Amino acid sequence: MDIFVQQVVSGLATGGIYASLALALVMIYQATDVVNFAQGELAMFATYICWSLINAGLPYWAAFLSTLGIAFVGGVVIERLVIRPVENAPILTIVMVTLGLLVICNSIAGWIWTYVQKPFPSPFPERPFKFDNIVFGAHDLGEIQVTLLVLLCIYLFFRFTPLGLAMRAAAHNPVSSRLVGIRVGCMLALGWGLAAVFGAVAGMMVAPVLTLEPNLMGGVQIYAFAAATLGGFTSPGGAVLGGFIVGVVENLVGTYVSFIGTELKFTVALAMIIVVLLVRPTGLFGTTVVKRV
Amino acid sequence: MSALLDVQALEAFYGRTKALHGVSFSMAEGGITTILGANGAGKTTTLRAISRMVKTTGRIRFEGQPLERRATEDVVQLGIAHAPEGRGTFVHLTVEENLRLGAWGRRERGGLKDDFDRVFGYFPVLRERRRQAAGTLSGGEQQMLAVARALMLRPRLLLLDEPSLGLAPLVVREIFRILKTINQTGVSILLVEQNAALALDLADHVFLLETGRVVMEGPSDVLRRDDAIRRAYLGY
Amino acid sequence: MSGRPLPRAVGLLALVLAACTLPFVLSNFRLFQFSQVYIYAIAILGLNLLTGYNGQFSLGHGAFYAIGAYASAIMMDRWNIGYGWTLPVAGVLCLIVGFLFGLPALRLEGLYLALATFSLALAVPQILKYFEHWTGGSQGIVLSKPNAPFGLPLNPDQWLYFVTLAVLVLLFWLGANLLRGRMGRAIVAIRDNHIAAEAMGINAALYKSLVFGVSAAYTGVAGALSASVIAYVAPDSFNVFLSVTLLIGSVIGGLASIAGAVFGALFIQFVPNWAQDISKAAPWAIFGVFLIGFMYLMPFGIAGGIRLLWTRATRSRVEPEGRSAVPTQAHTTT
Repeated sequence: MDIFVQQVVSGLATGGIYASLALALVMIYQATDVVNFAQGELAMFATYICWSLINAGLPYWAAFLSTLGIAFVGGVVIERLVIRPVENAPILTIVMVTLGLLVICNSIAGWIWTYVQKPFPSPFPERPFKFDNIVFGAHDLGEIQVTLLVLLCIYLFFRFTPLGLAMRAAAHNPVSSRLVGIRVGCMLALGWGLAAVFGAVAGMMVAPVLTLEPNLMGGVQIYAFAAATLGGFTSPGGAVLGGFIVGVVENLVGTYVSFIGTELKFTVALAMIIVVLLVRPTGLFGTTVVKRV
Repeated sequence: MSALLDVQALEAFYGRTKALHGVSFSMAEGGITTILGANGAGKTTTLRAISRMVKTTGRIRFEGQPLERRATEDVVQLGIAHAPEGRGTFVHLTVEENLRLGAWGRRERGGLKDDFDRVFGYFPVLRERRRQAAGTLSGGEQQMLAVARALMLRPRLLLLDEPSLGLAPLVVREIFRILKTINQTGVSILLVEQNAALALDLADHVFLLETGRVVMEGPSDVLRRDDAIRRAYLGY
Repeated sequence: MSGRPLPRAVGLLALVLAACTLPFVLSNFRLFQFSQVYIYAIAILGLNLLTGYNGQFSLGHGAFYAIGAYASAIMMDRWNIGYGWTLPVAGVLCLIVGFLFGLPALRLEGLYLALATFSLALAVPQILKYFEHWTGGSQGIVLSKPNAPFGLPLNPDQWLYFVTLAVLVLLFWLGANLLRGRMGRAIVAIRDNHIAAEAMGINAALYKSLVFGVSAAYTGVAGALSASVIAYVAPDSFNVFLSVTLLIGSVIGGLASIAGAVFGALFIQFVPNWAQDISKAAPWAIFGVFLIGFMYLMPFGIAGGIRLLWTRATRSRVEPEGRSAVPTQAHTTT
């Protein structure tokens, strides 16, 4: 039982990372019908920037917050400069552009920082926490707290601020949004900025565990796809919940089912995706879009 | 009296298809003008042209300002509110959020509470439903919401596209009564309607569109007595 | 560019004849590259049929390529079946597998189908390694290139070049006929408005599954050819990267276009090499720039770009009609 609780908590920690990246994917998908394949790589790039700041002498949290700011600006700039020229193009064309971004990011990160794995510090203490005979890693607990804090802030932003309301409206119904005077293009850029922030959080939280290298986020992105599929690509809340569920399931399966070795690393994610798509494609909380013929 | 809205030689395009072939008209301040015509005549397109939602050539002036090079969002900021065909409500957002968004384009910040009061005064049912998702409202209530949202802008010109569409006669009558009241507070209205009888009652000026061209125009009481209009559009 | 069939046919014939002269001017390595281009073109045409003409997104066509390649390799290696015979067998096998996959896929639209096929693509290398007994596991299967028959004075690379060119011409001709006919119209109708298509009596479920099958067959034959041309199959060559590459080739070339498949194949074969020539340090970054640049200049692919230039040169402005998920221009069968 102790092991079970430990693994659940551990799973929630990785789940938080999947949730953050899944939220980023879903935010952009909701607003534009495009899956941003570069989301994970952008997160990796942001994590490297944080690493560079820490190496330059900045204390961890200062570097962390600065990176969030840089990621936000980066996301906005990428949307305005790279995506905007094709914003009215067919969806697959835009997807190609995100694929282009993916390879560019990955390649440039490798060029600047090399492919050698680098250790990335964790801001949380080394000693594990002991609670009622169960041992929890401090990083796991810290990760969960950071993720929840970020999600809370975002929820409050979207629910209670005018700008958050305008962004929701622009994602939901761009035509009507223009008719009330919302600059939909700006809202889109802000959305990309926020998505980049979530990605950066995911990257910086997972880097201490996986060690920093250009392919850091590849596997995480696949799990994020599973999370968004499970929760529903049309539901940000669902994607977050999906992330936590995927994290816990992955951990429990890894612990209790013996033949899932490292070769079948993505099996859990893939199996979840296939099962959800067969049973309920729109996910737990997604809604089907009704189209008029 | 200088015109509030002045349209000259307006042509509108959907892709390569021309939907308006040189429409010209003007609206006086404080008036209610209605555009009548059959399906496909170009009525909705005319409103969309003013809101800059379609490609056009020709001149559109609002309070002397040219609109041709502006984006939809800018036109809204000038004081033109457009309640589009199909209502355009944000169905997943609450009534209150919809109304709040209506005020987004406004130049003057603040005074939101007064606007809410005013709008709930016109449409009390919206106050009851303020925390409900807009998609759960009935058709009539959604139409009221669309008009109310447009009013939150404190517009000088209200563009209304087929407010009667799909609504029960009693509800429509109520909405039109309220439109008259709104007009009396100084909001000019440009109304597109298929329900000619009601539109002619409300409006003081009419023009008739047929396949993208203005074929008749004049004061509503004159046109109401015109035989051709009566037969074609009023059914008697 | 439809209509005026005779000049077109002459033009195509000229192209094919020109292609036939290449083995006598190019090195073996270049011929190998061009054979690879023809193979990719066949695979991409398969993908175009499904995604461009029928609107079903596939991020997993690498799986069919792998099935074709391995089927061919196993037949040649274990049962000594001639490489020529493995082609139709691989095609039929993939036709069936594709059709069967198309059935449950009917319930999935757009993004969801893309996710399902993406997952399939991810699983392929692992599945291939799992069935070691048949596939040779991680080490794969080593094959030998066939010699030219009847003692023709051609080395294997030259001979294989002609084989792939011949299969390309045959399959493209078949594809063009398919698209011009009833099935072609049906699948395009389903793409553009599938509810309306059904209302007009088109059995959307049947056609969608059929297209999946045919599309898989094309890509499977391409895979089978690659087994001979490369003379080696191994699981890691058939990872998700292959599926993504095929999709890139498809979109770059022009989705609802037969000629587009060739343009796309040229892109995915040669641009990575140019990228490496330009920058040894970050070649994929250069590739990414090329990819994005092409999409800016030609959002409807190279074939779309050519079509646009052509109509601009011959008459007044063309405007694409609204936005669709699939980069096509209305009613095209180029």
